[in-house]
Amino acid sequence: MPLSTASAPVSGADRIDLVRARALSIRRSAFTMVHEAQLGHPGGDFSAADILATLYFGVMRYDPSEPRHPDRDRFIMSKGHCTGAFYSVLAQAGYFPEAQLKTYMQPLSMLNGHPNRNYLPGIETNTGPLGHGLPVAVGVAIAGKLAAKDYRTFVLTGDGELQEGSNWEAAMAAGHRKLNRLTVIVDRNRLQQGDRTEATNALDPLDDKWRAFGFHVEMIDGHDHVALLDVLGADPDSRDKPLCVIANTIKGKGVSFMEDNVSWHHGVPTDEQFALAMKELI
Amino acid sequence: MSAATKTTEGLYDCRDAFSKTLEALAEADERVVAVVNDSVGSSKLGGFKKRWPDRLVNVGIAEQNMVGVGAGLANGGRIPFVSCASCFLTGRALEQVKADVAYSNTNVKLCGQSPGIGYGELGPTHHSIEDLAWLRPLANLVTIVPSDPWETEQAVRFAAAHEGPVFIRVSRYPVPALEHRLDRIEPGKAEVMRAGTDVAILANGVMLHKALAAAEALAESGVSARVLNMAWMNPLDVEAIVDAASTGAVVTVEEASVRGGLGGAVAETLALHRPVPMEMLGFPGFVPTGTVDFLFDHFGLTANGIADAARKAISRKG
Repeated sequence: MPLSTASAPVSGADRIDLVRARALSIRRSAFTMVHEAQLGHPGGDFSAADILATLYFGVMRYDPSEPRHPDRDRFIMSKGHCTGAFYSVLAQAGYFPEAQLKTYMQPLSMLNGHPNRNYLPGIETNTGPLGHGLPVAVGVAIAGKLAAKDYRTFVLTGDGELQEGSNWEAAMAAGHRKLNRLTVIVDRNRLQQGDRTEATNALDPLDDKWRAFGFHVEMIDGHDHVALLDVLGADPDSRDKPLCVIANTIKGKGVSFMEDNVSWHHGVPTDEQFALAMKELI
Repeated sequence: MSAATKTTEGLYDCRDAFSKTLEALAEADERVVAVVNDSVGSSKLGGFKKRWPDRLVNVGIAEQNMVGVGAGLANGGRIPFVSCASCFLTGRALEQVKADVAYSNTNVKLCGQSPGIGYGELGPTHHSIEDLAWLRPLANLVTIVPSDPWETEQAVRFAAAHEGPVFIRVSRYPVPALEHRLDRIEPGKAEVMRAGTDVAILANGVMLHKALAAAEALAESGVSARVLNMAWMNPLDVEAIVDAASTGAVVTVEEASVRGGLGGAVAETLALHRPVPMEMLGFPGFVPTGTVDFLFDHFGLTANGIADAARKAISRKG
């Protein structure tokens, strides 16, 4: 069966509206899960929500009824701790019922704190320890190139995560092999678990680093759906290099008291905070 | 011994069986690919590279990426054989082996080359005596320690046909071709190489032929020693281990640390099911400099050393 993007019938302004609506519902869903579980990583869920909505409802080609279709576009969630947003987008894309989100991190749930490909459809590889997604994505992209398939491989990394050396082993290989159908998206929210990235182990100039490793680099506002659709939707055959999208984001984006506040890396809301947040997420 | 080449008279380097079998598999199935860390020569994959340059993915000196790339190739429908010196494959990339291969349960075949003290004089940084202890708790990861070229060929064929992660320890130390009673290896089964009633010697890898020589020597002094080939570390043949205890004394022999490998696995099994006096031969810690044969001699990993350990275990019977 041929694959199409979930939003194939939608175009232009309607697509932008769809992505915007999905990004909002991902945030509401993820925060509800975190509130109910009293566990999770909501700051990173919110910084990644617009990227995930764009990929699943505007860019990627997949069929949730055939999650391991050989020609599917692959998405690898290297920042595997942000399962509130990731499980929400998978459920909304149709991989499993949204009702299952209520089991998030409950005993024996399939919705582990970090994603497991053997528990749920739509997950390509088990992540959680940082720096694992990009090497696997490079392997997926090499397999595609070997078989002359036209699927694309997307990987979303955190920014603090780029302090792991394995990413740069993989980046070197991707550049060397000119894996133009590979796209790395960096959720550049500038905060890691304990502090600002630049105060911990500075990443800037981050664009120069990726360029030096052989990537075409785009720096955009990671909450701008038009820019995300434009950059992620561009024809990969128009370049002969892998693409790195540095998505400048705000951790906790969408809830005023959470934005750019390191305590919301794995902070969980009180009932009052949850109610306040849901009033803002409309 | 279809897939082996002689190194010296009657002795074989199992890497030859590995590479020739892999080439035969690659010829028959285009999904088979090799992934290396600049280890084409040490994995004896020069022939593979020449025949299928595109299917030999050399990621350079980057073992974490190498294992991750293997998992990605499996995702893309390939059957990747990730081949590299065992010390780096299992040490440097252990978290990738755990998360990307074992826990993700991906169809990746990990081939730990020149394990144990195969690199002799190069020292403990290049020895891989810890690999079995590191890998043994990893669920899903079928782990095989072949003893000779035939068993290496069989392990590689099994790995290609098995849907799921496999680790094969591929030795460079020259070994004789052993007599096996079966046409093909039986997954998860210990192979009875020699029947015996006074003591059981459980060995794998390059220690198996030495265990058989020890049993021969013991027979000359009237001691009947059973010898089991414990090539399968995971799944472990618990039944065969418990049955071995019926001899009343057990010896384990491995080219690995005595902590956590075959000896550890057998000790756990006996303690739970049927405790008997036991001796464990292997390496007690980091190994000093020397040729491989010197080091085997130094640590009693010889026919005489194994026979002595067997007599000691027998003397401890109640």
